[in-house]
Amino acid sequence: MSRLSIRGVARSFPGLHGAAPVPALQPTDLEVADNDFITVLGPSGCGKSTLLRIVAGLDVPTSGEVRLDGAPVHGPGADRGMVFQSYTLFPWLTVLQNVCFGLREQGLPEAQQREIAARYLHEVGLAGFESHYPKQLSGGMQQRVALARALANDPKILLLDEPFGALDHQTRALMQELLLSVWGQHRKTVLFVTHDIDEAIFMGNRCVVFSARPGRIKREFAIDLPYPRHYTVKTTARFSELKAQVTEDIRAESLKAALSQP
Amino acid sequence: MKPLQPVAPGRRIALGVAFFVVFVGLWAAATLGGFVSKTFLADPLSMLRSGWELLARQGFAHDIGMTMWRVLGGFAIAALLALPLGVAMGAYKPVEAFFEPFVSFARYLPASAFIPLLILWAGIGEAQKLAVIFLGSFFQLVLMIAVSVGQVRRDLVEAAYTLGARDWGIVRRVLIPASAPSIAETLRLVLGWAWTYVIVAELIGASSGIGHMITDSQALLATDQIIFGIITIGVIGLVSDLGFKRLNRRLFRWASL
Repeated sequence: MSRLSIRGVARSFPGLHGAAPVPALQPTDLEVADNDFITVLGPSGCGKSTLLRIVAGLDVPTSGEVRLDGAPVHGPGADRGMVFQSYTLFPWLTVLQNVCFGLREQGLPEAQQREIAARYLHEVGLAGFESHYPKQLSGGMQQRVALARALANDPKILLLDEPFGALDHQTRALMQELLLSVWGQHRKTVLFVTHDIDEAIFMGNRCVVFSARPGRIKREFAIDLPYPRHYTVKTTARFSELKAQVTEDIRAESLKAALSQP
Repeated sequence: MKPLQPVAPGRRIALGVAFFVVFVGLWAAATLGGFVSKTFLADPLSMLRSGWELLARQGFAHDIGMTMWRVLGGFAIAALLALPLGVAMGAYKPVEAFFEPFVSFARYLPASAFIPLLILWAGIGEAQKLAVIFLGSFFQLVLMIAVSVGQVRRDLVEAAYTLGARDWGIVRRVLIPASAPSIAETLRLVLGWAWTYVIVAELIGASSGIGHMITDSQALLATDQIIFGIITIGVIGLVSDLGFKRLNRRLFRWASL
């Protein structure tokens, strides 16, 4: 049985001033197995983030349903950790308190919270920054804390909404490797939304390509590059071959998206 | 000078003090130079002299104390009640829909116009003075607190939800701490307004307070005392404002990082 199953999930937004509803996401099916690292790739505005938000429980589908380990998803919960594109660390809490946020919500004793938080902070390479405030950290560091914060809750699935989208190219490449190594250790199931083709191929074992708005899954690629992946994978022939295929697909959609913009 | 270019801290203070000097200088020139009659405007020196007189012989310190306690008392009651209501309105939209139209209406009712009514209801004692301050600041506080809470970044709220927070946890651990600095700023601002209400309240039916001293001085045409009273209010306002600012910066260090 798959861990996460998305069945016929569609979303349309109500039209302005009584106009017809605007479809954002066409009925979508996706089965995610345990330990899958699925990258969702699509042009901007294709509804891929909407799908992720529905899985997170932050948005409600117009039709269809999402099941996690067989149980239907109603609203957000700690079993689905999320890292957002925007920096969402709580600015009034220190790094350590941020990572402890979910643990405290669960009511764990403080010593245990600290111990778990310290472990994950160490994993994302931020041991020693416990008492810093988010604004004292760079964007890449903030996203690493956000990752540690999501992981500390030990969620069943990790949802990542273009988490490295606001970072510069070099930092981004380092973050990709970091996330892969964390994933390699914990073998979390991951759903990773991105519009970066290289990132989608480098990270995932499956890459799902979305069509232009209203989005639907256009095609799925099995990324057969072996893990653990080193950044040099990006220069191999197989990577280029996959990239060529995916690019071909996504380009057609991006063109459609660009031409249909009002 | 270039647009938006910052000014060094020392220079900033010097510039701020300089205008006070210019202001007092112009005042002194106008009065001591004989351009303005003493009946209408006292000069700075006689103002200081009568100020000393007031403090040393006529128990003006007691008036100052009374006025301060009225402001702080009325404001504290208003703040204590406005905080929970404002937070509830900011957090829960039906609560906001219920109270907001009335509060917006009540906010425009001038507190000073209620004084005759309040005297009828509460007499001319302390309750009436506190009630004026309360009316003047409560509705403003409620609305501004509700806006602060309502403006908390949605993505922070969503992040807290995905971390397993429930509705009450969102209010307690996200909405309140996130809006605390701007709520504190609101309190500082409205406390300043409360000072203007207290004087109005003391102009009518009071037997002590800075406002009472000012009305008494009016009967004696003692413009020097009136001006001293006004300046006293200004100085207390400035000092409490600076103190409040400093306290806010210390309490919410994260907000100014």
